[in-house]
Amino acid sequence: MPKLKVSLLTGRTIDQGKGKEMGKLSKEYSESVVICQMDPNDMKFLGIKESTNVKVITDFGSVVLKAVKSARVPHPKVAFIPYGPWASLIMNPRTHGTGMPSMKGIPAEIEPAPNEKVLSLHDLLGQFRKEGQP
Amino acid sequence: MTVVTGVTCPVCGTFCDDIELVVKDNVITDVRNACAMGAAKFLNYSTHRNLRPLVRKNGELVEASIDEAVKRAAEILVDATYPILYGWSNTSCEAIRVGVELTEEVGGVIDNTSTVCHGPSVLSIQDVGIASCTLGQLRHRADLIFYWASNPWSAHPRHIERYTMFSEGRFQKSAWRGYLSRLGGIMSRKRLRRAANLVLRRDVFATPEVERRLPYSMFQKKRKMVVVDVRNTRTAEAADYFLQVEPNKDYELLQAFRMLIRDEELDVSEVAGVPVEILEEVADVMVGCELGILFFGVGLTMSEGKLRNVDAALNLTRDLNSHTKFLIMPMRGHFNVTGADVVFAWQTGYPYAIDFSHGYPRYNPGETSVIDILCRDEADASLIIASDPVAHFPQKAAQNLVKKPLIAIDPEVTPTTLMADVVFPSAFVGIEAHGTAYRMDHVPLPLKKIVEPPKTCLPDTEILQRILHKVRKLRREQN
Repeated sequence: MPKLKVSLLTGRTIDQGKGKEMGKLSKEYSESVVICQMDPNDMKFLGIKESTNVKVITDFGSVVLKAVKSARVPHPKVAFIPYGPWASLIMNPRTHGTGMPSMKGIPAEIEPAPNEKVLSLHDLLGQFRKEGQP
Repeated sequence: MTVVTGVTCPVCGTFCDDIELVVKDNVITDVRNACAMGAAKFLNYSTHRNLRPLVRKNGELVEASIDEAVKRAAEILVDATYPILYGWSNTSCEAIRVGVELTEEVGGVIDNTSTVCHGPSVLSIQDVGIASCTLGQLRHRADLIFYWASNPWSAHPRHIERYTMFSEGRFQKSAWRGYLSRLGGIMSRKRLRRAANLVLRRDVFATPEVERRLPYSMFQKKRKMVVVDVRNTRTAEAADYFLQVEPNKDYELLQAFRMLIRDEELDVSEVAGVPVEILEEVADVMVGCELGILFFGVGLTMSEGKLRNVDAALNLTRDLNSHTKFLIMPMRGHFNVTGADVVFAWQTGYPYAIDFSHGYPRYNPGETSVIDILCRDEADASLIIASDPVAHFPQKAAQNLVKKPLIAIDPEVTPTTLMADVVFPSAFVGIEAHGTAYRMDHVPLPLKKIVEPPKTCLPDTEILQRILHKVRKLRREQN
């Protein structure tokens, strides 16, 4: 299966901003943040179309997201994920003594994952265990 | 039906103060002047909230009385040896003041969202110093506007309209018309591209060359905007010129500008993916402006180099001031994140990441900042107010946060309140409670109370005061 090495960025989008004000459990919010914006040529390289699921892997974890074409191109080998619980799963927690984790320009790999599902918020939070819980 | 005018918008750091709300029977029915985010907040705030305090019993969150929740929260904080109290940027300065008092009482660590936002900028400003101003000055006088690693169209939607390019200042006119004609050009180019691709069945415009010359508008005597970013954004489309920098290369680009401004030669053909001749022309425009401003976003603080990127930006501004007047300002995210820094600083001497475990305030970001404490798994309880770290912290930090007792004070249902052990539903500050907040340029503005909150939702200030009172009582009993 083809794999693409990218520089991963996270950030705000207006839909994410609007979605969070509609409620973190709302459909608008989760739809606005479970996406990975890619350059169309990179998508062609991976052999995927709009809305195909992809797996984004960093040294700190992996997450399945929906690939979408960037509205403004080109940005070859740069992928963008809006801030949110899904993006946080693969962020670099190292702060290099500044208190600030690295959330932009992280080396990552993207591979097509058409058969894997995007986690729901409920399942995602289910991964966190309280102390004393099995 | 009443119309409330001059309402401040409790969403982003632009903190617009010209919102008009139509209120009917204690319900906001219409919003005027607000951006998409502001309107979404004013119209939807009541649709996704907790109405009653919750306490976790046998693994389930169950409804409780406010007194019971206060008692449980106070017990958690008194029993903890190293609690963290985090959030604060979405509440009023009055609540933050009580929060600092509570942290001192329990000997914990208090930190605000600067730590994952412009924390490195604060460190850099402490090192280098900053030449800044208020936004009103820029609205009337700035003729060269830089947005570096920032996308205000998405994160601060009315910033450009109120304070920079599209604002009608006393000495600088709005550049709205120029933008409209440029937008027409962009749209027709896109249409042409689609048509050509359809006819020729291949992407003929696939890799456009970097423009080797600046557009004519950059040399005109009027307001100009330059965007420097790692990817093309809507803000970049609105700019007179867009410089696309390679990811993690902002430092190189800033230092290259510093060399050019000091009349030094660059013996390379490009820096961070930008040809040197372009850099020379942009540097000339910088030196030739009357009043320039560099707004920088978290693109500088979150990528490689962190505070050193901001060092370079602050130093660039300093160098430019030997030729012309140039200013710089961080694009702060939440509406009161500046206020959180300000209140922390006048209460403790430090702006964020303050450790009270020794009995006096200690500040050492990297050690006393909340991400580092959580990654080292040192905190044994936490109080989170008006923030959602479970959704926005790196996985390891979020995992260690929810493992330990967690108190959440938030008007909304968020991943953090879902994972908390005690939840206080609070009143929305700026809608249901009044207070004070600081705009990104350190101007304090009042937050208005527009409608009455539900009876079970107290303002943040009162919830914190009740917890503080209970903590003091429990500690007296223990001693």
